Amino acid sequence: MPNKTFFWFFLPTGLAMILFIGLPIISTGIQSFYAQHDQVVKEVKKCDPFGCTVSIVVDQEKTSKIREEKPLGKFNGFGTYVDRNHLAVEEIGNFWNETNSFGEFVDQVTNLPFYKALIFTLTYCLFVTPNVLLLGFIIALSLNAVTRRIRGPLIFGTILPMIVTPLVGSLVLFWMIDAEGIIGANLQMLMDDPYLSLKSSKTLTWITIIIYGIWHHSPFAFVVFYAALQTVPQEPVEAAIIDGASRWQRVRHIVLPHIYPVVTFVALISLMDNFRVFEPIIGFSAEGSAQSLSWLIYDNLVNEEVILFGSAAATSMMTIVGIAILLAPVLIRTWKEFRTAR
Amino acid sequence: MEYGLDKRSNALKIFNTTFIIVWLLVACFPFIWTFWGSFKVRADFFSRADWWYAITAFNTLLETGGKFTTDAYNQAWTEGEFWKASRNTVIVTFFVVTISLFLGTLGAYALSRSTRNYAFWILIAALIFRAMPHITLVSGYLFPFFQLQIWGILPTTIVVLVAINQPFTLWLLYSFFKTVPKELDESALIDGCSYFQAFRHIIMPVMWPGVITAGLFSLMLAYNDFTVTALLLNQENHTMVPKIQSYLGTNQHEGNLMWAVSAVVSATAPLFMLVMFFQRQVISGLTAGAVKG
Repeated sequence: MPNKTFFWFFLPTGLAMILFIGLPIISTGIQSFYAQHDQVVKEVKKCDPFGCTVSIVVDQEKTSKIREEKPLGKFNGFGTYVDRNHLAVEEIGNFWNETNSFGEFVDQVTNLPFYKALIFTLTYCLFVTPNVLLLGFIIALSLNAVTRRIRGPLIFGTILPMIVTPLVGSLVLFWMIDAEGIIGANLQMLMDDPYLSLKSSKTLTWITIIIYGIWHHSPFAFVVFYAALQTVPQEPVEAAIIDGASRWQRVRHIVLPHIYPVVTFVALISLMDNFRVFEPIIGFSAEGSAQSLSWLIYDNLVNEEVILFGSAAATSMMTIVGIAILLAPVLIRTWKEFRTAR
Repeated sequence: MEYGLDKRSNALKIFNTTFIIVWLLVACFPFIWTFWGSFKVRADFFSRADWWYAITAFNTLLETGGKFTTDAYNQAWTEGEFWKASRNTVIVTFFVVTISLFLGTLGAYALSRSTRNYAFWILIAALIFRAMPHITLVSGYLFPFFQLQIWGILPTTIVVLVAINQPFTLWLLYSFFKTVPKELDESALIDGCSYFQAFRHIIMPVMWPGVITAGLFSLMLAYNDFTVTALLLNQENHTMVPKIQSYLGTNQHEGNLMWAVSAVVSATAPLFMLVMFFQRQVISGLTAGAVKG
């Protein structure tokens, strides 16, 4: 296709992506170097018959005037990146000097908002992704063994958790595990503890969200693996049966190598999706004990008084760096393949 | 894989069947339970005394005189203005699907028929764009949108959702266009068609399965979106998902909780029916990217 034709065909979608994906990333980058204005304060002298007092109040007029003149805020350089709510360089230095043991130091650092969120996000990715692959693969193998006739409805039932939006999915589960819901109430009875609540403990909340993540993402892995299983050639499998290979050996040495590229694809996609975990935290009302990077950004953007553009943008930029690190191996591999192909 | 040589032991068959039944329960029961509970009053679905009330409808009988009640639905749709939210969802979904298919088919066709290096790099860029968390993009939008005074209205959200959706649509349609033989449009070009005419009259008619799949995914993205719609729309223009969140409120024990339950069912039911109808397309769309590895 000639370059000119390509250009006109691609222009609309290219323009949409540049304007609404490319530019926003640049806009986020610029915003991250600015911070909201401090409030202008003034001294007010108040006199009554008993004498005069001086109090400091916010000068609303001047504050809003400055905000209007420079809506982006004041230039802050990398200030936002290193402040207490982000990388907290200074605080970590202090902790290092003040704490006695390494364990205590780690404890202090993981209580800082950014690191807390980072650790939750990584824990979530680390537990959800492998389990999704495993569960998806097992479901695919076992549905594949069912009579073809009834597979349709079974597949429909299997993919339900995936097609609802995460907010709705987590709400539906949340209502069930509520102390007044069916699972929550039965758990209390089973454990013989009338005060047991999955919401009250941090560990239990984390486990709940991770289980939700596995529940929500496994169907995707299932669908892809199931499709891949249909393409496994039959001859080697039959040969292996004749040679006396056990069921497990056949899966291990024939099926798995065949679908290996698909496994990396699913792992990559679910890693990317898990890294942006956010809606379940709202659905489970788990803000208290579980915060993710995306949730931190959301929290800054819905701030009541003044939207913290700078802070949200700095967290966004660091999230993008995280995504880049996750994607790097894939991009390098693609680049190498591309070079050898030429 | 039903191999003639492969004999399953009975134990394995039983194990397999049990596993599938357990999994299907885990996957579907939450939805069935919520659907059932949405026709009860709050005191039954969230029973402090005994969860069994949700089945026997003890309080529902007391409060409404019947075992099932549609009070929650009536209130959410009228008083809770869920009708407005669903109208907004229909508008957003319709335009997002139409526009992204239009842009996506043109772009993906060009990508699939170009042999240049830049086509490869565009696809890689699209992959990177696909990985961007939506909330980071939203944090980039908010400030300029406030300045331009285009925040809060439906058209802005539609355009943003279309753009966010493009990378995935491009990849999906690209792999579908690749399966259409090049000879088809080449012969049309020799016969004197322009590229656009070949695309319009020769390629599109055989592309319907791919277009339906891509359309379904655009639909699911627009219909399910929370991040973009919650932050870029004002209260008046909220679509269903942010509306459901607003019912949750700050205090769970206000009366609105049953509104949220009935709204969840109202929002989920059409989606389930749609997927049931188009199940084959959904699955082929999910696997289209995978086959390439």
